[in-house]
Amino acid sequence: MRNVRLIARLDIKGPNLIKGIHLEGLRVVGSPGEHALRYYQQGIDELLYMDCVASLYGRNHLADIVSTAARDIFVPMTVGGGIRSVEDATSILRAGADKVAVNTAAVANPQLITDIARRFGSQCMVLSIEAKSVANGRWEVYTDNGRERTGLDVIDWVKRGVALGAGEVLLTSVDREGTRKGFDIALVQAVSAEVSVPVIASGGMGKSEDLIDVVRDGGADAVAIADVLHYERATVGEIRAAAQAAGLGVRNYG
Amino acid sequence: MAKPRIVVIDYGVGNLLSVQRGLEHCGADVVLTADPDVVLQAERVVLPGVGAFGNAMQALAERNLVEPLQQIAGRGTPLLGICLGMQLLLDESEEFGITRGLGIIPGRVLAIPQQTTANLPQKIPHIGWNALVPADVPWRDTLLADTVPGDAIYFVHSFMAVPDDPAHRLADCVYGGHRIPAVIARGRTTGCQFHPEKSGEVGLSILRRFCAS
Repeated sequence: MRNVRLIARLDIKGPNLIKGIHLEGLRVVGSPGEHALRYYQQGIDELLYMDCVASLYGRNHLADIVSTAARDIFVPMTVGGGIRSVEDATSILRAGADKVAVNTAAVANPQLITDIARRFGSQCMVLSIEAKSVANGRWEVYTDNGRERTGLDVIDWVKRGVALGAGEVLLTSVDREGTRKGFDIALVQAVSAEVSVPVIASGGMGKSEDLIDVVRDGGADAVAIADVLHYERATVGEIRAAAQAAGLGVRNYG
Repeated sequence: MAKPRIVVIDYGVGNLLSVQRGLEHCGADVVLTADPDVVLQAERVVLPGVGAFGNAMQALAERNLVEPLQQIAGRGTPLLGICLGMQLLLDESEEFGITRGLGIIPGRVLAIPQQTTANLPQKIPHIGWNALVPADVPWRDTLLADTVPGDAIYFVHSFMAVPDDPAHRLADCVYGGHRIPAVIARGRTTGCQFHPEKSGEVGLSILRRFCAS
């Protein structure tokens, strides 16, 4: 079994690291630079930056934050929020990102998935999906940070996205996001059973046990961690130790 | 002491910024170039690369970089191939049909097996952190001198570079039960399948060794 990846998710608004509930009611947590460096020094496996207002206002503040981080942080960085074109992807990769996550623009123009994958490789193209439960065992795709419904079924969309060239899936449960109630395991399980590319479970992690459940029962390849790290309710090392104690493969660190 | 100068080959394949930042963090002056003359005069050369083998060889050929790279390796200039750059060091690749490589280290680039040694399907590409395991060559006096078995580094790849001669194999990783070459070397040419510039302090220790080589 491959090692589960621990990913710190940093939601960004303007210059600030923020955190919301159901992707809304955003509160400022602090400086993204300080938090990212702390997680790197604690041994985080990857960083994920999401600009949560970029697609609403059509701008992207992230390039500066990413470019500063890339000077001192030497683990993979994924950046999403407001990426609408191959040009947008190019400029954020030039700033130091390794992968781009695309949601709203991919729904509007699925060809963008193929264009980014062809230009930079599938490993660079992360399909970001915001999912809301609509019935037992059914989820709908939302865009614009959980605000706009699309009518698309999550399972249909993820299969199409992977066929178009997405090399990884960031799967955010809008229902669980910011609630600390644990991941939507049925959602992660349903998606990871349908695709061969890695699935990052996001939304709802309140404690290390939640991570263990979503990997073991949901088949997640990676987990996005925000709240737990931002509010210092656990360190990366403590989370890694808990995962290892539960028998999950993790990166050997330190 | 003067900063080590490192030439990073810029041939339009992938994102060079991370490699540049990693080397600079290790105290190097980095020059990005596709100029064959600059390559021929370099003290140390890094060959990065992401994407398909055939495209990359074509991009090197179009820029007249194939022979200069073979020349500098032949005369003992330290050369580090990273990820696809490591695979290019070999004789040939089976990615999209057989394509000739640089032929600096004898061997072939093969697809990672799609099944584990227990015959279960496994995810390709191999993405994530994996541990270095010793292969046939001791690590002392190599770029792995500051690394210990079990240290984890970051991989993203679907193909693997397999040298013909075990004496060119420094370290492997294990994926789905298969041993996959992680670090290969011949003379002063080294290839890393993983991304040292994305592998935290372990990766930086490898780049630091290269800067001092």
